Amino acid sequence: MAELNAKVPPGPLERKWERHRAEMKLVNPANKRKHTVIVVGSGLAGASAAASLSELGYNVRCFCFQDSPRRAHSIAAQGGINAAKNYQNDGDSVFRLFYDTIKGGDFRSREANVYRLAEVSVNIIDQCVAQGVPFAREYGGLLANRSFGGAQVSRTFYARGQTGQQLLLGAYQALEKEIAKGGVTMFPRTEMLDLVVVNGRARGIVTRDMVSGAIETHLADDVILGTGGYGNVYFLSTNAKGSNVTAIWRAYKRGAAFANPCYTQIHPTCIPVSGEHQSKLTLMSESLRNDGRVWVPKRQEDCAKPPNQIPESDRDYYLERKYPAFGNLSPRDIASRAAKEVCDEGRGVGPGGRGVYLDFADAITRLGRKTIGERYGNLFEMYQRITDENPYEVPMRIYPAVHYTMGGLWVDYNLMSNVPGLHVIGEANFSDHGANRLGASALMQGLADGYFIVPLTIGDYLGSTKLERVAEDHPDVRATEEAVRERTARLLAINGSRTVMSIHRELGKLMWEYCGMSRDKAGLAKALVEIPRLREEFWHDVRVPGTGAELNQSLEYAGRVADFLELAELMCLDALDREESCGAHFRVEHQTADGEALRNDDEFAYVASWDYAGAGKPPVLRKEPLVFENVHLSQRSYK
Amino acid sequence: MHVTLFVWRQAGPDASGAMQRYETDDVSPDMSFLEMLDVVNETLVGKGEQPIAFDHDCREGICGSCGMMINGVAHGPMKGTATCQLHMRSFADGATIHVEPWRSRAFPVIKDLVVNRAAFDRIIAAGGFVTAPTGAAQDANNILVPKHEADAAMDAAACIGCGACVAACPNGSASLFTAAKISHLGLLPQGQPERRRRALRMVAQMDEEGFGHCTFYGECQEACPKEISIDTIARMNRDYMIATMSHRDERVLGGTG
Repeated sequence: MAELNAKVPPGPLERKWERHRAEMKLVNPANKRKHTVIVVGSGLAGASAAASLSELGYNVRCFCFQDSPRRAHSIAAQGGINAAKNYQNDGDSVFRLFYDTIKGGDFRSREANVYRLAEVSVNIIDQCVAQGVPFAREYGGLLANRSFGGAQVSRTFYARGQTGQQLLLGAYQALEKEIAKGGVTMFPRTEMLDLVVVNGRARGIVTRDMVSGAIETHLADDVILGTGGYGNVYFLSTNAKGSNVTAIWRAYKRGAAFANPCYTQIHPTCIPVSGEHQSKLTLMSESLRNDGRVWVPKRQEDCAKPPNQIPESDRDYYLERKYPAFGNLSPRDIASRAAKEVCDEGRGVGPGGRGVYLDFADAITRLGRKTIGERYGNLFEMYQRITDENPYEVPMRIYPAVHYTMGGLWVDYNLMSNVPGLHVIGEANFSDHGANRLGASALMQGLADGYFIVPLTIGDYLGSTKLERVAEDHPDVRATEEAVRERTARLLAINGSRTVMSIHRELGKLMWEYCGMSRDKAGLAKALVEIPRLREEFWHDVRVPGTGAELNQSLEYAGRVADFLELAELMCLDALDREESCGAHFRVEHQTADGEALRNDDEFAYVASWDYAGAGKPPVLRKEPLVFENVHLSQRSYK
Repeated sequence: MHVTLFVWRQAGPDASGAMQRYETDDVSPDMSFLEMLDVVNETLVGKGEQPIAFDHDCREGICGSCGMMINGVAHGPMKGTATCQLHMRSFADGATIHVEPWRSRAFPVIKDLVVNRAAFDRIIAAGGFVTAPTGAAQDANNILVPKHEADAAMDAAACIGCGACVAACPNGSASLFTAAKISHLGLLPQGQPERRRRALRMVAQMDEEGFGHCTFYGECQEACPKEISIDTIARMNRDYMIATMSHRDERVLGGTG
């Protein structure tokens, strides 16, 4: 199999993108309107890409499964977006943001991509402000900043606890502006169910109209997937219920390599599980850790006591104790594992002992209740609604939960997968975050990809490629559409006894147990037996009521869970293969004497990229070596 | 908890609907309202019946997908709360709860509790943006925004586009939604050049979609899960009035409000 070529431009790191931009092929403005580009997904990455491509003159068709592009899951991101503006004069720079991101990802991402991300971050803020995104301001009218987990500089821009919402609305408004102009045709309530590949190139998608049930083919010169992450493979996650892997999984089965599937970020500050009925987990913003102090009782026997009856001397502020330099702001994987550890020791609080305190008492004494209310009021309200406890009076209880998937389709420097004509952006691709994602970096990547990178690299692809005309009756097009019809009919015909949700819940438990916050060989091997068994059960015993020719939420859900059942196996294979600990991937066999992740750079400094080899055959691993020319590979230490 | 539900069931846009009764015992006070519906749906599928269709996604009160009339109130009894953030502890054990889709001619029912809110997107497309093409924006700190204005803009920008304002309004007006966007952008320096044109066009689109007029009942503000103030409607009206004087030519294109 051919080697994966990342196509990183030559030259010094800080000149690569500038040079590449100058050298890329251009498409004549008059010819742009002759090209149709499909964008699947309308979150930060998809909406910004669709709007920008339309502004350039391309014919854009944009698809989302929600009723409006404004509802994509990016909207739920709360905390903020990083940019190397150095407005606070605290020593920030493009290089420092680059370095922090590489280090935060535990040296498992590509230098050139990450540097470009840091470079472009500065333009993102300018762009969003120009659009009218109401970022927080100081009294003098200048932009306000705060610091975020894993960073020692204040480089995070925010709009209350609703930053993702405001950034998405900015991109959505730009998208609606282009829809009104006629440059973008929007297809809401439409789900991509397959990728059309003709002569080795991506040339379209097959979709299902979620209202009428119509299966349709849309052809184009390029397909961009900005379909988000697959954290819902765990059933319980902070993702929106509709977030799924289907679009990128179908593309994987049509030849796109899937990179680093096992990298899943567990977020340390979520509201703990309250019972079996729970349908999702709610994230409390990372920003809370700026003022909240994390602790558990020192002694197990104190755990059931009301927190205010536990004196200062009997509390263990374990993050401040173990990681004095970063304390409560230590990166997400470190804070998550530390929480699990104290709970495993039996010192967890709340129902089931799976919780730690996030305490604002000191901050309220220091800053006053009013200031805390101004900073976090909406989050406190949300917490109270869910738990029926008032965090101004008693400490919040938090526990880690699945939040973000760093794996995704493999892409080169141009954000193109190994299938020519298939670009992948935002959380759907594997790039930029390595083995761990820092706070406030996903919004940055989504918008960098959509506004500033893919609109240019697509021009390079279209400008340098001669594309033949493809008609709807091309045999490959017909076969793809037929495969979708068959799969849909098959799901509806099973008529077994189990609900889709019960199988999804079971899969989620397996994944959390064996491929969650920490993994070991025996557990992964067990999961690799259990998952195929559950998949068999699904295909023999699931019940999908209704028909395909109507709005059928059970059918939509069943199709997505069917794909999760396959992805889960790939995640476990990847986790088993990576015999090291890095970032969010913690293999218990590989740790230092004091329980920290132990990387193995000599053998594993690569991107693990998997090719589909056909039904029933094991996927094939290809390795893209990661070369570090500008940073020194060091043990990550936050002590 | 035991709950008796009466849920609006409607197979499709052209089918006639009816309230259907469901009894359920498996309700915990910690469940969200939507988790309670999940449990009912699991039972229905188990019995070979069609589950209740409803829109939902983030279940964190921010995406704006969910929303239903609960006992005649948009998003139910908790003030400032979207349906997904409403918990069953807000109801008494043994409660009877009526669940219906949003009521508005401009939001036709697709199935059960799912309605079509595409009219909102078209209102935004009519002018709810700042024309700032991608690239070459000036440095963000060159645009100064006084804190109180940024905060007021953010208050209005918090709108999640759920449609509760329309469903709650006796006139079926979309004024709070439209006014929230007009206020958000109108309060910022970046929004000034298109401010009046925006008001004119968005109001015209709102009318074209078949939403009713605002007569200041104030029900929208009460129902809004983000507690957006009807002060925004006053702002919209002022901008619109001025625009009808200053942008006469566009008024001809746009309609009359």
